[in-house]
Amino acid sequence: MSDPEVTDQLAREHGLSDHEIALIGEILGRRPTFPELGIFSVMWSEHCSYKSSKRYLQTLPTQGRCVVQGPGENAGVVDVGEGRVAVFKIESHNHPSYVEPHGGAATGVGGILRDVFTMGARPLASLDSLRFGPLEDPHQRYLVRGVVAGIGDYGNAFGCATVGGEVTFHPRYRKNILVNAMNVGIARADQIFLAKASGPGNPVLYVGSKTGRDGIHGASLLASAEFGEDTDAKRPTVQLGDPFTEKLLLEACLEAMATGAIVGIQDMGAAGLTCSSFEMASRSGTGIEMDLDRVPQRESGMSAYELLLSESQERMLLVAQAGRESEIADVFAKWDLDCAVVGRVTGDGRMRVRWHGQVVVDIPVDPIARSAPVYERPRAEPADLAARRALDLDQLPPEADPSGALLELLASPNLCSREWVYRQYDTLVQSATVIRPGGDAAVVRIPETERGLALSTDCNPRYCAQDPYLGAQHAVAEAARNVAVTGARPLAVTNCLNFGSPERPECMWEFAEATRGMGDACRALELPIVSGNVSFYNETAGEGAIPPTPTIGMVGLLEEVARAVPAAFRAAGDDVLFLGTTREELGASEYLAVRHGLERGAPPALDLDAERRLQRLLADAAARELLRSAHDCSDGGAAIALAECAVRSGLGVDAELPGSGPRPEVALFAESCARAVLSCAPAHTAALLALAREHGVPARRIGETGGTRIRIGPGVDVSLAEAHDSWSRTLPEALG
Amino acid sequence: MSGARVGVLVFPGSLDDRDMMRSLGLLGAEVQAIWHKDARLPELDGIGVPGGFSYGDYLRAGAMARFSPVMRAVLEFAASGRPVLGVCNGFQILCEAGLLPGALVRNRDLKFICQDVRVAVEDPGNFRAELPPGRTLVMPVKHGDGAYVPDPEHKPRVAFRYVGGSPNGSTDDIAGVANAAGNVVGLMPHPEHAVDPLLGSTDGAPLLRSFLAACLATRARR
Repeated sequence: MSDPEVTDQLAREHGLSDHEIALIGEILGRRPTFPELGIFSVMWSEHCSYKSSKRYLQTLPTQGRCVVQGPGENAGVVDVGEGRVAVFKIESHNHPSYVEPHGGAATGVGGILRDVFTMGARPLASLDSLRFGPLEDPHQRYLVRGVVAGIGDYGNAFGCATVGGEVTFHPRYRKNILVNAMNVGIARADQIFLAKASGPGNPVLYVGSKTGRDGIHGASLLASAEFGEDTDAKRPTVQLGDPFTEKLLLEACLEAMATGAIVGIQDMGAAGLTCSSFEMASRSGTGIEMDLDRVPQRESGMSAYELLLSESQERMLLVAQAGRESEIADVFAKWDLDCAVVGRVTGDGRMRVRWHGQVVVDIPVDPIARSAPVYERPRAEPADLAARRALDLDQLPPEADPSGALLELLASPNLCSREWVYRQYDTLVQSATVIRPGGDAAVVRIPETERGLALSTDCNPRYCAQDPYLGAQHAVAEAARNVAVTGARPLAVTNCLNFGSPERPECMWEFAEATRGMGDACRALELPIVSGNVSFYNETAGEGAIPPTPTIGMVGLLEEVARAVPAAFRAAGDDVLFLGTTREELGASEYLAVRHGLERGAPPALDLDAERRLQRLLADAAARELLRSAHDCSDGGAAIALAECAVRSGLGVDAELPGSGPRPEVALFAESCARAVLSCAPAHTAALLALAREHGVPARRIGETGGTRIRIGPGVDVSLAEAHDSWSRTLPEALG
Repeated sequence: MSGARVGVLVFPGSLDDRDMMRSLGLLGAEVQAIWHKDARLPELDGIGVPGGFSYGDYLRAGAMARFSPVMRAVLEFAASGRPVLGVCNGFQILCEAGLLPGALVRNRDLKFICQDVRVAVEDPGNFRAELPPGRTLVMPVKHGDGAYVPDPEHKPRVAFRYVGGSPNGSTDDIAGVANAAGNVVGLMPHPEHAVDPLLGSTDGAPLLRSFLAACLATRARR
């Protein structure tokens, strides 16, 4: 079988623009070969090159005292004390999961696990931020079932606990769901591995699964273009996952790393062998010579093009010290995995690939890996934004049935119990999970220490749709608050930026605004962004784009994990305290959407200084062991926060919320920032209120726990059983 | 309990092996990992078969692991009357290997489940030091293939039964069984995930201590 002739038309079919085709001619001084065209097409795809996003990403804060490794490696690394580092990243697998929900979500988990253990860390905890269209839609229910099963099947069989995340529903995700997978691993600070190919003469080894024809052009054609009518035809570009092999790969890699013979290592994710070898050589200023005939192959007759672009899973490329190949080969033989020397590092800065004795690729590394085109695409504020932001509350009657509103909100798909989801995940393996899923943040113990990590993902897409700058700031603030209510100090951030097509000025404007907001909030809260991923083209022809969804993954540190504070009430007769200030902020709220079918108005104002004070108070109160529970007030407002504390504990509550005016829904359901509800033993109330004054946080006792009713002034009085029933039935009834 | 020498089998795809080793270690046992390719066992007083997805469980849970070289030695070990404890995938492997009667099949609702359950002790064979009949224990289950189906030819000794109904459709709510000799016990709930108060229930500790007591008792007899 011979390669097709490379024409401009073929290059365009590979997603390259005329400008990029001309640039390739300049770099090579000739037409590319067919395998070379494949390489350019993936390396310069939006997914791999960040060509539309780069100039905005460069404005984000990435420095901080805790940062050991910022963006640019497989994952970010932060110091968590006692000689340990946390290695973490969040990544999207949106298009594959829409096309094939089970396989797409599973390989999304597999990919992020590899990113973490490539760096020498043992993956400790996974989180997944999931967005679907309306739950009433049968196809969405199929997607939810498939995605959740895929995440579970991969994570459960690999042996990494899935401890948290989010699941939300919005009509604008109907034709483009989001699956963002985050993983956090722990390594010793002095044993971090980087993706470098240094030392000319060193051998390049291929380890793990054999290469097959799956996932070819996943990065370029699936992830870097919007969906059209041929979506189903793209199913073959989705990779197949094998968690069992990944588990063996993990153990073998960690064992091989312990030999000291590994110079650098990189997983083969997007664009497989091509991307991994180029990135490793580029980072080290070296070149690589590779012989494709030595690549372990699952099927016969694969072309150079296919071998270079396959996205078969569970594979790694590593560079070893010359002469120590056998030490590594022995480890992989023990774990029954393939290991082959496929090439060597060179000093000439070129990628030279042989296949069947012929040189089929001979191109300079740097112009492809680093000098990819960078675009400043046109931006324009959406024309209808001002109209969407307008909200005249006088047009709405005050809430006449606060109890009914509470029950309806508790049963709404975005606020109801997520147990149907996380019950399908192993949340316990590795004996680290101190606070299980269901609260604001999960807490895991750092193995062999008394320390813990609090982990959360967050983004409110409704806020981001109305105001991407403010919405992205809220995502940072809420993720930090989620972590802070457990008593942890927010430490660092990973982000997953999900947007529509960058070729549309409105989406590009949303992206620019969201990254600006994220940067400002992270700077104000002193949170470095250490890793992340951009996912553009989240739209389907004729359906419009998803709401801007800049998902934040937050990692917080607890010096004494035994003092972690859960979200739900713990004992009857405890005092209930309210922190912060409620304002008349119903814009873009869950209340308006559920009760009035309205998505209007501006998101709540954000006071980052108040957020900081609240975070410090919560950490201080937890360290002094004054708290029995702490829960942040966000989606659905303070009444929903109190009701969640009650239904999750089986303890009633009797409390009067501040901020009551003529509209009870403000005190109950407004989503003002920097607020939380706490419970404590009555003996600690005075100390807590005094501590809040010291930190400059408004605080008051609003009631107590206990009984079998949820009484929340103004106007809510429902039985605990009724509330629990509303809250817990929605997902099981819809999903089975 | 100190001094019981326990080997924890490690198959490719074992996942709760470290958890089992850690818990038994916390309770005073001398624990070592036993690699599945080892055909000979070191001197041991008991064997733990941990949870996970051995060989990916792509065929049938535990069906491949029974062919590992170490399993022949485990069969001899069990035949000598020394204690063997299988948890979750370990229970599945012991059933596949014929050390325990019956089989474990897909959960009733076809989904993986992870949650705390309560079980009542009935007849835990030799592992009875701290497990009087009727005692109830809260421990987590996490499995996709946890519905126990008895072998019609061999009525099992029911070691543990779910209280308030099984989460997975097990016949007669059976959560764990013992062999006729009483030295081999398997169960779906994870005692090794219920020993540390920081992580939840500690009801797994009396079960594991009863296993270790059986280990020491058989050593004393030999």
